[in-house]
Amino acid sequence: MSEEILNAYEQGKRLGIVVEGSLSQGVEVKLDPEISVEDMAVGRYVTIDGKNRRFFGILTDVSLGAIDRSLSITPPDVSDPFIAKVVSGTSVYGKLHVLPMLAVAGILGIDEKPQPAKTVPPHFSTVRTASDEDIALIFGREDEHHFYVGNPLDMETKVCLNLAELVKRSNGVFGKSGTGKTFLTRILLVGMLQKNAATNLIFDMHNEYGWEGTKEGGGKVKGLKQHFSSQVAVFTLDEESSRRRGVSTDFVVEIGYDEIEPEDIEILRDTLKLTERAAQAAYRFRRRLGGSWLEKFVNEESRDEINALAKEWDEHEATIANLHRGLEGLMRLPFFKPKAREDSVRRILEYLDRGLNVVLEFGRYGDNIAAYVLVANLLSRRIHQRYRERTERSLGEGAQKPHPLVITIEEAHKFLNPAVASQTIFGTIAREMRKYNVTLLIIDQRPSGIDEEVMSQLGTKITCLLENEKDIDAVLAGVSGRSELRSVLAKLEPQQQALIFGHAVPMPVVIRTREYGSAESYRELGRGEKRGVTKDKDLWE
Amino acid sequence: MKTGEGELDILAIVHNASTRSIDPTRRPIARGEGELSEEDVFARNPQLEKLLRTEFQALVVGYVRDGAHRFYLPPRPARLHAFVYLCEPEEIQEFSRSLDFLSILTTSRIASGDELVSACLRLASEAQPDKEAFLVTAGKELSLLLGREPQRLNAILRRLRT
Repeated sequence: MSEEILNAYEQGKRLGIVVEGSLSQGVEVKLDPEISVEDMAVGRYVTIDGKNRRFFGILTDVSLGAIDRSLSITPPDVSDPFIAKVVSGTSVYGKLHVLPMLAVAGILGIDEKPQPAKTVPPHFSTVRTASDEDIALIFGREDEHHFYVGNPLDMETKVCLNLAELVKRSNGVFGKSGTGKTFLTRILLVGMLQKNAATNLIFDMHNEYGWEGTKEGGGKVKGLKQHFSSQVAVFTLDEESSRRRGVSTDFVVEIGYDEIEPEDIEILRDTLKLTERAAQAAYRFRRRLGGSWLEKFVNEESRDEINALAKEWDEHEATIANLHRGLEGLMRLPFFKPKAREDSVRRILEYLDRGLNVVLEFGRYGDNIAAYVLVANLLSRRIHQRYRERTERSLGEGAQKPHPLVITIEEAHKFLNPAVASQTIFGTIAREMRKYNVTLLIIDQRPSGIDEEVMSQLGTKITCLLENEKDIDAVLAGVSGRSELRSVLAKLEPQQQALIFGHAVPMPVVIRTREYGSAESYRELGRGEKRGVTKDKDLWE
Repeated sequence: MKTGEGELDILAIVHNASTRSIDPTRRPIARGEGELSEEDVFARNPQLEKLLRTEFQALVVGYVRDGAHRFYLPPRPARLHAFVYLCEPEEIQEFSRSLDFLSILTTSRIASGDELVSACLRLASEAQPDKEAFLVTAGKELSLLLGREPQRLNAILRRLRT
C-alpha cells in the first residue's frame, strides 16, 4: 500500500488493541491508557485494522478491568494525582466490547464493498474510532437513492439509507411514546418523496403528516404537502376538523356500509369486545342478506327490534345484542354512510396511479382505534387487491410493474397482533413482501404486540428508545448480535436517537436524527420536488 | 556508577554502603567526648582515616559498548582494580531513556530492594528534562512489573513522590 494512499485516507483516533474475543460474542479491546472510558459510548463505530482486512464494528459495551483481583481489595491511593496517573491504563484499564459487523479486504477498503464479517481480527490489532470516510464507505453518500437520515453518535458524517432498498420490504419504526417516532417517520416519508422511491398512502391517525404536524414541546412543523405540494394529496375523514386546522383537502372520504366486509369486523373483535360467535354471525348475515346487511342491522335500535331480528335470523339474542352494541357506536361516526357518495378507493387509486402520495387524515376520529383499524384495513385491502391484479397483469403482458406503494399505519399492533395478523390485509402484505410492490411502514410503540412472523418479515427496523423487556426482545428477535444490540437499544437517549438495522443498512447504526423544523432543513428536504410518475399504460381498468 | 575504560563500561547502581574497621576483629569504639564537632574528632585522631574503610556494593544493571546501552548483564565481570566513576547526569539521562533496568531491580534479592528502586528513580528523575513525566512513565512500567503485588507497588509509588 502506498504511503500516499495511507496519508490521504483519514484515520480515526487510536483507541486500543484487541485482546480476546470471538465472532459470535464480539471482541474485547483493551483501551490505551490515555483514552478515558468516560469518552466512550455504546453505539459508536470503530474500525479494527487486521493484517489483510479492515473490520467495522459497533461498540456494544464498556467495562473496567484490573491486572489483579487484589487491586479491588486494596485499591491504590488515587487521591494522589501522581499515583492515579500511574495506575490508570496499567494496573487498571478500560475495556471495550466490539461486535465486528463488516469487513473489507485490503486495509483501506477503497476498492471493495464491505462484506459481513466472517472472522475476527487477530490479537493485538489496532482499534480506532471510525472516521468520516469509513462511515461514508459503509453507508454511501447522499445520491439519487441514498437519503440522509441522521448522523452517527458524536460525528458529523451523514448516515444514508438506501431508500430504493428500503421500500422493497416492509419496515417498522418503533419506540415508546414520545421518543420521536412520528418525527422520524416524517423524515423517512419526505425522503421517499424526495428520492421518488415509492408512492405513499398514509393513514394519518393524528393529522401529523399532511399539511403540518406538531413538535414536541409545542410549535408546528411542515408536513409533506408543504414540501411537495404538487405530489401530495390530503384526504380527510373529518372535513370539519381539517377546515378548522386550515388544511385544504383534496377529497372527503366516506365509507359506505356496503363496503364493510365481515372480515373487517372480525379484526375488531378485541377492540369492540365482540364474542367469537358475534363475529361469526356477521359472516352469516352477509351470506344471507348480501351487501345491505349492515345497514339493516345498525338501523335497528330498540331492544325489541333486535330481539325480533335475532328470531328472524335464527341467532342467539345475546350474540346479536353483542354485535349490535359493538357496531352501533362505530357506525354512528359521520363518515360511515349507508351509501358513499363516491368510491373512495377508486379516488385514492387514481391519485396513486398518477404518482401522487395520499395522506388520509382522521381528524377527530384518530383516537377511535376501531374506526382507524376498520378504515385502514378496508381501504388497504381493496387497494392491495388492485395492485395485485395490476402487477399480475403487468407480468402477463410484460409491462412495467406499478410504482412501489408504501402504506403507512400507526398503532400497528392493533392490525398485526397474533390474533388478527392472519386475517388483516396488513398481515398479508407484510408476509408476501414485495411480490406485488406494496409494502408497509408500520409505526408502533408496543412491538411485542405484533405477530412474530410479521416482525421477522420486516426488512428494516428503526427503533427509538424502548424500555420494556418484551418490546426490546420483539424488535431484536432473530438479529445477529442481539444481546449486544440490546445494551445499545436500552441506552438510547429518549429523543432524537434511533437504532437502525436490517435490510437497508449494511450494519446496525445508532443515529442522531437529522434536524427537521428549521428553515435550512426545509430547504434541504424540499429539494427534488418533481414530476409525477409517468403513466406508461393504464392497467387499472 | 560505572567502571571500565571506554571499550566496555559496566553500569551499576549502588545499593549498599558501609564503613568499618580494617581489622574485622576490632570494632570501632566511640570517640569525641568533649569535642565540639565531628570534624574535631577526626582532627584529634588522624589515625582514624587510615583505620576505617568504606565499602559499597552495586548491582550491575547493564553496560555500554560502542556507545550503545544494553540493559542486561555484561559478558564479563568488572576487572579487579578497575577504576569506578560516578555517572554524570547526562549519562544517567541517557541510561534511563529505557526503563528495562527496572525489571533487574525489582527481581533482585538484595535487602530493601524496593527502597533502591524508588531512590534510583528519584535520582534518575533529577537528570530528566521533564521530571514528572519520567516518574509517571516509570510508575507505569512498575505497575506492569508489580501488577500482582499491589501493596508493594503502592509502597514504591508513594516513595516516588518528591
